[in-house]
Amino acid sequence: MNHPKEEELIAYHDGEDAGRQTITAHLGDCPECQAELARIDALLAALNTIPVPDPGEDYGQRVWQQISPRLPQRRGHWWDFLFSEPKTAPWFAPHRWAAAGAIAALVLAAFIAGRISKPNAPGTPVAVDQTKVRERILVMAVGEHLGRSEMVLVELANSGPDTAGQKEVNISGEQRRAEDLLEENRLYRQTALEQGDTALAGVLDELERVLLDVAHSPQQVTPAQLEAIRQRIEARGILFKVRVVGKELQQREESGSAPAKPSSSAKGERNKV
Amino acid sequence: MNRMPSVETSIESDAIAVERTLAGDRDAFRILVERHSRNVYRLAYRMTGNQHDAEEVVQEAFLRAYQKLSQFASRANFGTWVYRIAANYAIDRMRQKKSEDSNRALPARETEDGVEMDLMSSVPDGAPSPERLAQSGQLAVQMRRALTQLTPAERTAFVMRHWGGSGIEEIAEALKSSTSAAKNTVFRSVQKLRKTLEPFVEQRGRVRAMGTEL
Repeated sequence: MNHPKEEELIAYHDGEDAGRQTITAHLGDCPECQAELARIDALLAALNTIPVPDPGEDYGQRVWQQISPRLPQRRGHWWDFLFSEPKTAPWFAPHRWAAAGAIAALVLAAFIAGRISKPNAPGTPVAVDQTKVRERILVMAVGEHLGRSEMVLVELANSGPDTAGQKEVNISGEQRRAEDLLEENRLYRQTALEQGDTALAGVLDELERVLLDVAHSPQQVTPAQLEAIRQRIEARGILFKVRVVGKELQQREESGSAPAKPSSSAKGERNKV
Repeated sequence: MNRMPSVETSIESDAIAVERTLAGDRDAFRILVERHSRNVYRLAYRMTGNQHDAEEVVQEAFLRAYQKLSQFASRANFGTWVYRIAANYAIDRMRQKKSEDSNRALPARETEDGVEMDLMSSVPDGAPSPERLAQSGQLAVQMRRALTQLTPAERTAFVMRHWGGSGIEEIAEALKSSTSAAKNTVFRSVQKLRKTLEPFVEQRGRVRAMGTEL
């Protein structure tokens, strides 16, 4: 084979598939082309060292503050998307089913609440039963959410370089999951506040800060940066708090009739952290 | 450690936020802005070479994304889409700036970590020799300056390909050109950078090989 052109070697560096096998075979026998490829690799590696300033963890929030006054208001209701013409996804897309399922669950819950409350003796407040049902739904959803959050935090706590010499650790998977959990967390925290469960809202608030911290970390971190993230998680004792609250919610869910407010012992346990 | 990325989940959740925004829930767009701003900023900084312009590109990209949201197609994900809008706007901005300042050469702006890659800065005629640059640890400055020598299209192609990991088709779309033209632009950008920088990179390699830290 003739020597590959510079263009082909650059494409080879970029991982292009076309002609890859032929070039690899040629490189095995040609020190000249090996040196040429090494020069391309060295140059592009050197260019990778140019730093990009970190705009800060709250950068997204700052961008929103700057642009939100300039955004025109759109007409419609947020639930319209369930029934709207598919613009970004077909009607059978999983998220539509998930959202429809959530709404169906709420409707069912409201129906059950109505059924439960009707046979009650006159004078029994209907709102009590409805509140219980709503609380039960929240308990189940938050319990599951805390379980998933715990999993991400445990994975981060146990992560590290695969080899002793590895300079960076990829935490992009954990980061994306933290981003997804963050939105759910905000919703549950607000709901817990509305339900008057300030203790649960407090733990969710702390969890939100940790998830925000993870979500805004670089995708590739050095072992030192990873250690710093881990220390911040440990300093807040969030993993322990999440476990305590998760267990408490599980007990509440199992008993079904447990009080809405957390027990004093559990409160004490949380406060110890 | 589980390294399985939840890309699908993220795209799925983006799609919900897009639908809700289109249905009138403005706060849903906030989720998209907060999730993708830093990534778009990295692209914008590498393209424009300075923080001020990069921040403007980020804001404009999200404003345009909001305005054009009804045109957003399911074949792309929101992150890729807003990234391309930012790249398009950054090229326009670079071209405009270049034409406005075509008759004057602006000095590169100094920052804490060296010289910012202002687009209008240029390598002075009396640039120091490779030896002197390598010895004075100015390779990073030289690299930034070399990037400013690329045309806006070359710079966009280089940034998207080598820093953004974009495919040729995506670059072609941003450059509004054919895939073969985009491929050529990527090649030309690397060729120009090699011509300018290889002597400095090799010099640094030699100095390091001799055990001297720059």
